[in-house]
Amino acid sequence: MSKTIVIDPVTRIEGHAKITLHLDDQGQVEDARFHVTEFRGFEKFCEGRSFWEMPGITARICGICPVSHLMASAKAGDAILGVAIPPTAARLRRLMNWAQLVQSHALSFFHLSAPDLLLGMESDPAKRNLMGLIDRYPDVARNGIRLRSFGQKVIEMLGGRSVHPAWTVPGGVRDPLSQESRSQIQQMLPEALAITEQALDLLRSTADTYRDEEALYGNFPSLYLGLVTPEGGLEHYDGLLRVVDSDGTVLEPGLPLPRYREIIGEAVEPWSYLKFPFYRPAATRAAHGGAAETQYAAGMYRVGPLARLNVCDFAGTPRAEAELRDFRRLAPRGRPVSNSFHSHYARLIEILYSLERIAETLDDPAITDPRIRAHAEVNHLVGVGVSEAPRGTLFHEYQVDSNGILQRVNLIIATGQNNLAMNRTVKQIAQHHIQGGKVTEGILNRIEHGIRLYDPCLSCSTHAVGQMPLQVEIFDSAGRLVDRMARN
Amino acid sequence: MNKIKFATAWLGGCSGCHMSFLDLDEKLLELANKIELVYSPIADVKEFPEGVDVTLVEGAVANLDNLHLAQQIRARSRRVVSFGDCAVTGNVPSLRNTLGVDDLLTAVYQEGPGRHPVGGGEILPRLLPKVLPLHQVIQVDAFLPGCPPDTERIWAAVSALLADEPLLLEPARRTFG
Ligand code: SF4
Repeated sequence: MSKTIVIDPVTRIEGHAKITLHLDDQGQVEDARFHVTEFRGFEKFCEGRSFWEMPGITARICGICPVSHLMASAKAGDAILGVAIPPTAARLRRLMNWAQLVQSHALSFFHLSAPDLLLGMESDPAKRNLMGLIDRYPDVARNGIRLRSFGQKVIEMLGGRSVHPAWTVPGGVRDPLSQESRSQIQQMLPEALAITEQALDLLRSTADTYRDEEALYGNFPSLYLGLVTPEGGLEHYDGLLRVVDSDGTVLEPGLPLPRYREIIGEAVEPWSYLKFPFYRPAATRAAHGGAAETQYAAGMYRVGPLARLNVCDFAGTPRAEAELRDFRRLAPRGRPVSNSFHSHYARLIEILYSLERIAETLDDPAITDPRIRAHAEVNHLVGVGVSEAPRGTLFHEYQVDSNGILQRVNLIIATGQNNLAMNRTVKQIAQHHIQGGKVTEGILNRIEHGIRLYDPCLSCSTHAVGQMPLQVEIFDSAGRLVDRMARN
Repeated sequence: MNKIKFATAWLGGCSGCHMSFLDLDEKLLELANKIELVYSPIADVKEFPEGVDVTLVEGAVANLDNLHLAQQIRARSRRVVSFGDCAVTGNVPSLRNTLGVDDLLTAVYQEGPGRHPVGGGEILPRLLPKVLPLHQVIQVDAFLPGCPPDTERIWAAVSALLADEPLLLEPARRTFG
């Protein structure tokens, strides 16, 4: 008899989710679904408020990447004002954005994934967490804490607090960088760089152990989307949208950001509060010119660290550039790296890159310039703000009236864009490990690790209205709930 | 020394309170000697265990899953702390309270192709008509305000709780936001 397994909640991810595995009569995995169970309704309840409030409100979508929402929201605000913000303000925003990349990637790698990588995917679930890591590998745990703390401290020095700083505003930022903070960050940098190099060595040392996972976890062709600089370099704050396919063909070399709607559609499914964004042209092609929506899954694309390294032509800082070259060797020449397992590696490369950029930016004497804000009134009724959040490209679009009151809000969050790929990954791992309906706790954790690769920020993705815990349920072929697995 | 059974939970919130908790940085290493983390979004135990000494609860009560977990936490914890403004007041998640749930779902999902999600089945929990602060659904032993509470507050609270003393925040640390 066929059945459904439920993993509830999915843990060590940032949000509330469940996974259901649907088994056929032979106990083989027929389908797998990743459900987001939280819904909060930001887009709706922000209507009628002023766009000036949006950085502060949308930051509360997510405590892990509030800075990304601050950036996208402030940039949408800049567009409504119609101003070019002072150059120092733009560089300070970049600084904070890189700091966030460091803290968020450190959290993903050390706090959330290292327990799997170092203690073992199938190790004791009671210890397979940060506290267990502190116990067994205190030095690694301490490094992770220090590296995350570096990012959080930089954010705090710039914005006054590490979570939800009310610092970016339409037109620029509120406070300049003091000389004192600047030199303090400079003093903290060498340690952060050293920890990152050690983490890269650590990851390399586990490579042999995870050959199978590498080949299997999230390894399939898809499109990749991310920002690049006008020259094609790695970019996290501004630039152009690029889309590359699994052969390495560039489908969109550089679309201006406000035109994102031309290429991105959003589908919904009754079993998840998380929407399913897709690349429109591919879906339209698959539908032979019919409604793109009917074939939306053909427009599956991935965003985030792996995608960013796949779409850019170069990193542009010395150490990250060298690592990027090694990263590229993981795929046949000219092709993108298609296994999401390498997201761990991509994250560490991006940390390295961010630290190098932070160092470079602080060397510029203009960084402490006090001219950091442009003032204007509402000049445009639509504003689009796009930036790269740690998990991928983030879009905020606001329509306002002439008083700046929001009429319509659209947010496309990084994690949502990986929704199709996450579902595919869960299915891939489940199909490989589950034979004849036999499921162990360790296998369930492997499936969850498939989700952790995307470092989903479910609080973000369910800005719509919700939140997700992960559980596994097993349904039979008639759709009846047969079993529910919760690890304990 | 017996370790204190310590839990953290996450209802309808943004995880910012948990991030502020992780901002304790090296104090976490110290804490690891004193507590056993028996349940948390950063750990893998799926079912809230019995006999917990202290539980910090982030987030407001927004759906049936949140409500059930809150009740379970209350039944199985000696002391429950309302951790952060969402738990204490409803905060940002409760901004949806002026809108009807059905209208909200329709408005958010209507544009996409496909059928929009409806809570209430086995998997997607039904949304509560109003988002509620934690103390409206269970009895709470202490409140730790802030969005998120800063690390000094958290450390003051955790120290008091681990010593089994009442949590008395000085007035300057009783602020919201
Ligand atoms: S109180 Fe603030 S930081 Fe904590 S969960 Fe709520 S919005 Fe996030």
